[in-house]
Amino acid sequence: MFGQSNSPRFRSALAGTLGIGLVFGLAACGGSDDSADDSDTAAQSIDCAQFSSFGDLKGKTVSVYTGIVTPEDTAYKDSYKPFETCTGVTIKYEGDKAFETQILVRAKAGNPPDLAIVPQPGLLKQLVATGKAVEAPAEVAANVDKFWGEDWKAYATVDGKFYGAPSGASVKSLVWYSPSEFKDAGYTVPTTLDELKTLTDKMVADKKKPWCAGIASGEATGWPLTDWHEDMMLRLSGPETYDKWVSHEIPFNGPESTAALDAAGAYLKNPAYVNGGLGEVKSIATTTFQDAGLPILEGTCSLHRQASFYAANFPKGTKVAEDGDVFAFYLPGKTATDKPVLGGGEFNVAFADRPEVKAFQTYLSTDTWANIKAKLSQGWVSANNKIDPNNLSNPVDKLAATILLDPNATFRFDGSDQMPAAVGSNAYWKQTTSWITGQDTKTTVDNIEKAWPK
Amino acid sequence: MSTVTPVTTTPPLTPEKVTAAAVAKKKLTSPWASLAAIVIAVLWTLPTFGLLVSSFRPERAIKTTGWWTFFTDPTVTLDNYRAVLDSESGAGLGSGFVNSLVITIPSVLIPMSLACLAAYAFAWIKFPGRNVLFLAIFALQIVPLQVTLIPLLTLYVDGGLANTFWTIWISHSIFGLPLAIYLLHNFMREIPATLLEAARVDGAGHVSIFFRVLLPLLRPALAAFGIFQFLWVWNDLLVALTFAGGGDAVAPITVALANLSGTRGTAWHLLSAGAFVSILVPVTIFLLLQRYFVRGLLAGSVKG
Repeated sequence: MFGQSNSPRFRSALAGTLGIGLVFGLAACGGSDDSADDSDTAAQSIDCAQFSSFGDLKGKTVSVYTGIVTPEDTAYKDSYKPFETCTGVTIKYEGDKAFETQILVRAKAGNPPDLAIVPQPGLLKQLVATGKAVEAPAEVAANVDKFWGEDWKAYATVDGKFYGAPSGASVKSLVWYSPSEFKDAGYTVPTTLDELKTLTDKMVADKKKPWCAGIASGEATGWPLTDWHEDMMLRLSGPETYDKWVSHEIPFNGPESTAALDAAGAYLKNPAYVNGGLGEVKSIATTTFQDAGLPILEGTCSLHRQASFYAANFPKGTKVAEDGDVFAFYLPGKTATDKPVLGGGEFNVAFADRPEVKAFQTYLSTDTWANIKAKLSQGWVSANNKIDPNNLSNPVDKLAATILLDPNATFRFDGSDQMPAAVGSNAYWKQTTSWITGQDTKTTVDNIEKAWPK
Repeated sequence: MSTVTPVTTTPPLTPEKVTAAAVAKKKLTSPWASLAAIVIAVLWTLPTFGLLVSSFRPERAIKTTGWWTFFTDPTVTLDNYRAVLDSESGAGLGSGFVNSLVITIPSVLIPMSLACLAAYAFAWIKFPGRNVLFLAIFALQIVPLQVTLIPLLTLYVDGGLANTFWTIWISHSIFGLPLAIYLLHNFMREIPATLLEAARVDGAGHVSIFFRVLLPLLRPALAAFGIFQFLWVWNDLLVALTFAGGGDAVAPITVALANLSGTRGTAWHLLSAGAFVSILVPVTIFLLLQRYFVRGLLAGSVKG
């Protein structure tokens, strides 16, 4: 182009560039042919009759939009295959890390997907407010009544209308530790908050810095601190007060909330306790949450509070098991019998009410799907009460499922995900980040209270 | 433009006409300036170089140590590139690469051809409201494209264009046009009117003037704009993210790159390899058309 096209250098370079591009492209196309071979892992027989009431769905397409990308997306796609074989529907899966902002743009512009996997009740409310989300069909509601607790149904209910079945779940009330270190030093897994404190002090006496933490996470920096705060809130004041706090019936700067943040500070702002293997207290703010638990492997840190999904952050070859390099225990309640669980989860929200979408939603709300998905995934659990923990190959997932299935456990959804966006994904993150770098507790809770939309 | 030096009456006190260039040459060849240039070049290239080294290191090494440890403990692996390009188990940047080419080429050609015609009209055809219109187009450059995202997407959805390449082609053309018209207009105004008058005397109409006189002269300006637009479209994430919305079928490499690190950022060691696959094309284009790029930076800013 542009008078230079005669130059041989130009031509060969351009040909080279385009050539490399085409090789990539062909490799991409060629690769997809083989995928039929390994689908037999998912080719499990399911009862196809349950979809017959939706009519003939052959040749129809359902688009799924989600924030879940590689490597977790493969298990999702594979778990859809039995449904595709049964009904002849094609599921088009689109994963996008910018999901949380893009789904709102697309819903507002009238270009929503058929189904979205929404990770927060707060976002679900916003989507319902756009008027584009459609109510879940009766079949889904019936399944959810059967397989999930009432609290889960409530998270997906807006103004009395139910919008979608829960998908995955995660347990956040976990503390990662090294089983071999515990064995060698004679530590035992604590069963009450006081025991946790005693254990920590014992570790300090052994000249260790017990805890490691990290909160850096790009624009979401601070979220691990909100989890700490919520966990303490749930433990010190109980689930009922926690609910009132989340829905702002009691103020954010009230005595309960302040006490909970101080309780978290007793660990995180104590220079004797943190930041094992990473530096001083302030290093918590600059360490990414992905890296924060890795010192456990090096033996420079003993305890790290993070959700079940953290298992994926350990490098390949790390044995995550009760007798392995690293494992997790349940962050204990105030007493051994009191078992509050902080967690998160996703919900399948539909934007279309075509029969194939309804059929797919119904499939996703069954225990059949939950168990198929369980067999295929790593780092995934569901709060579906018919899930068989033995289908989960990962010991941490098994632990998380056991915690979720425990009839004595009280599950509560991550509070910051339910609070208004101005607090839950803004002031709460920012203020707790300032708190860890030196701001006092009172100013912190006062500032968050001020940010609450009137 | 003319090479004939006019006869001047100025006494021949100034020894040479190219004083500015000579001064510049003298200043730029000073050893200190060279040293400064080298230091700056090294500083600017170092991060990219580190990225290149990183992309060949094994996962564990990337996650635990800095790239400079490569020199004391050199271990080279192509695993990252394999993971990035493999569509089966990895991210499959390959299809994104092809999509990016499919998106970028029309997104450069469409605004370029439209802007050529528009610039010609603004520069050499007299019609009522010309200045007001030109000013309006120029002013459009100030509008941030973010404010148009939702309204434009709504229009596309109503027009049935959603989830196709058309939405991205049209959007990039729209966003590129004001600058293109402005750049090309300024360039066209620099061409001496006598040239066009001569053509007109010879019986040429607007069409043949445009194709046979102006277009050959416009090549450097077109190349300059082409490079700008190419780099902008190739590196764009926001527009593609908002308008593509059809999954892997239309998503360009930037979208694939943004998703590369995984849901919770656990695969960030792949980013360096992904970045290198993605910058392959822009770097080639830049190196080949470098001289036009510098000229393009000056186009419209310096007259005469």
